[in-house]
Amino acid sequence: MDLKLDHYTKDDTEIVVVEGEIDVYTAPRLRELLIDLVNKGNFHLVVNMEKVEFLDSTGLGVLVGGLKRVRAHDGTLDLVCTQERILKIFRITGLTKVFGIHESVQEAIDKRAAK
Amino acid sequence: MALVQLTISALPAHVRTARLMATAVARRAGIAESALDEIRLAVGEACSRAVEAHRAHCPGRPIEIELIDGSEARPPGRGGPTIPAPANGRAAKRFEVVVSDRAPAKEPDAGRGAPAPLDGTANGVYPGEHTPPGGVSGLSPDVGLAVIIGLADEVSIEPAEDGTVVRMSWPLTSPDGQGPQLVG
Repeated sequence: MDLKLDHYTKDDTEIVVVEGEIDVYTAPRLRELLIDLVNKGNFHLVVNMEKVEFLDSTGLGVLVGGLKRVRAHDGTLDLVCTQERILKIFRITGLTKVFGIHESVQEAIDKRAAK
Repeated sequence: MALVQLTISALPAHVRTARLMATAVARRAGIAESALDEIRLAVGEACSRAVEAHRAHCPGRPIEIELIDGSEARPPGRGGPTIPAPANGRAAKRFEVVVSDRAPAKEPDAGRGAPAPLDGTANGVYPGEHTPPGGVSGLSPDVGLAVIIGLADEVSIEPAEDGTVVRMSWPLTSPDGQGPQLVG
């Protein structure tokens, strides 16, 4: 399936809900959304990837790009993902050490608040 | 040997088509269900890399993908892709994917040695605003090749002035009858 994007505010965090496939074709849409959110002053982002069916290095690049942008404003970008097929690519590329990866949106928010 | 060939224009939308076709042919060849995700991702990475290279150098030229089911008898007298002998000498039947682009291979300079990784942890992550040629928002294009190497059971990448050939293969059955081992 194609890529479906949604977002909402929870506490002081903007939650981005991603559904479908993130690849070289669809990743630009996610990149534009992340850039737009940051430009509008949302510097604490959580990307919920529980409904992502496919992620490649292009998608990883977009997430890293988003992380760079929020960090420029002392912000955070955390991920919610429990799917082994998606987590595998984070492990292969070593990006599990770069992103905070959580089991739920609430956990991502709570852990950031506890820092 | 059963062969499926696919030629795509250098358009990102067609990468998904190549992924789906590779997965379908791999499933038919008897690849273990657990390895289909790896094939899907590795083929996607190879095709994404080829599409980006073509868009930079030769957007009008097509990219060729060959899906080779080694479980069936190889027809005589035809050249074509060769599957390297396994290191342990076992004559394993394999599923092979060959992605051939026509873009000149770049010199091994960009993405090597210049920028420091984000947090000093992940190779190929660019911390600044700079995006390398062919890269997307902070990741070196070499990351795609690293993913392929991490996923495929055997890989050869042959860069040349007239294009790069990426060959990936997976065993159709392992000696103990189990499917290929998952990476990671």
